[in-house]
Amino acid sequence: MSLVFLPKTMEDLWTLKSEHPEAVVYAGGTDFLVKRRLGLADSSTLICLERLDTLKGVEDLGEEVWIGAATTHSDLLGHSLIRIHFPILTQALQALGSPLIRQMGTLGGNVVSASPAGDTLPPLYVLGAEVELQTLSQKRRISITDFIQGPGQTVLSGGEILSGVYIRKQPEFTIHHFEKVGRRRALAIALVSLAAIMEIGSDGLIRKARLAWGSMGPTVVTYPAAEELLPGNPLCFEVLEKAASQIRAMVSPIDDVRASAEYRRQVAGNLLIRLMDHTLPDGRGLV
Amino acid sequence: MQIHFILNGDPLILESPPDRRVVDLLREDLGLTGTKEACGSGECGACTIWVDGRTRLSCLMLAAQLEGCRITTIEGLTPQEGLHPVQEAFVEAGAVQCGFCTPGMVLTSAAFLNDHTLPSRQEIREGLSGNLCRCTGYQKIIDAVSLAAEKESRSSKI
Repeated sequence: MSLVFLPKTMEDLWTLKSEHPEAVVYAGGTDFLVKRRLGLADSSTLICLERLDTLKGVEDLGEEVWIGAATTHSDLLGHSLIRIHFPILTQALQALGSPLIRQMGTLGGNVVSASPAGDTLPPLYVLGAEVELQTLSQKRRISITDFIQGPGQTVLSGGEILSGVYIRKQPEFTIHHFEKVGRRRALAIALVSLAAIMEIGSDGLIRKARLAWGSMGPTVVTYPAAEELLPGNPLCFEVLEKAASQIRAMVSPIDDVRASAEYRRQVAGNLLIRLMDHTLPDGRGLV
Repeated sequence: MQIHFILNGDPLILESPPDRRVVDLLREDLGLTGTKEACGSGECGACTIWVDGRTRLSCLMLAAQLEGCRITTIEGLTPQEGLHPVQEAFVEAGAVQCGFCTPGMVLTSAAFLNDHTLPSRQEIREGLSGNLCRCTGYQKIIDAVSLAAEKESRSSKI
């Protein structure tokens, strides 16, 4: 049997953490409690963050937005700050789990689980999100790419919790695109996903592109060389198709029970071609 | 540990291991077998209950998390006399076959209809996408939720 604590204040949380250094911290439980039942994770002490209001909500900090780690996916989906500034995150949240899962699971949980298939991660990578790690006496901020080290592996130390996520507003990126390919629309684990944001210049040509793929490697993967294929070009089928074939040559996808490496390679390119949906008939990108 | 919560309208004090799953506590300790368990991992929705009026999967919730909450199970949704309007619509539309998914479907549908008046079929599909049914093919379940929404909207106009 495990003890279960539900601290309501940060003071209570830090006291519990110091009294029970072995404790596992969870929030929505949609990942941890499944693993626990399978015997893959457990502890004699569990600390559930669902009553810690300090770790919930979305704040407009001017140039950036702070999202509390224990904010549920459905609360984020309903939040106007997220919808306005980070449409790509909203698109990914709509594809995450199911309404029932979204009402329980949290953004912080999705980040800490560090699954290469975590649906919010490719958007957080392209947006250059930073995570806030906290102990009783210290706070530090590091980029999500430095935070996640491998499948289920992060640099979170025993005494720390992930308390929030910071995302800079980047209005220059007018195109936000997320797509996940899975076996079905709801409750599916991504076989491949792509998050793409793009800046279109006044001449209608692509100025900047950021791309991140999920479920392709041990973490979300990005390729600076892939992002350089697009700037200076119109957003049209020919350009995307050419870039897609170069990207297929660049990636080295995983091969597992869910999909073969060959399938993933094909789809990684195909998902880029879907950016066509953001093109005007004359080949200029929608602004 | 001692847990205080409100179950289907009645205050309750219960002695339970803090890490007991809520679905086990409801079904095995309290005999409320309307709540079902199929996958045990959040993928089927059969164990859906309401916590403070919002849907929640009882297989991914521990007893300690009940403290201070208002819990509604399918037994509590059903009025003393007759049926809840969503249950009536399920009967009328023929949306029940084996019945195993039905308690979770009904609770999810009723919560969904609290937030959506006259939803489209597509919205209903999305709203119920976390609840699996292996018998009906879903069409009649969607018919039932549509029907319940129409009836509700008609009665609120009167």
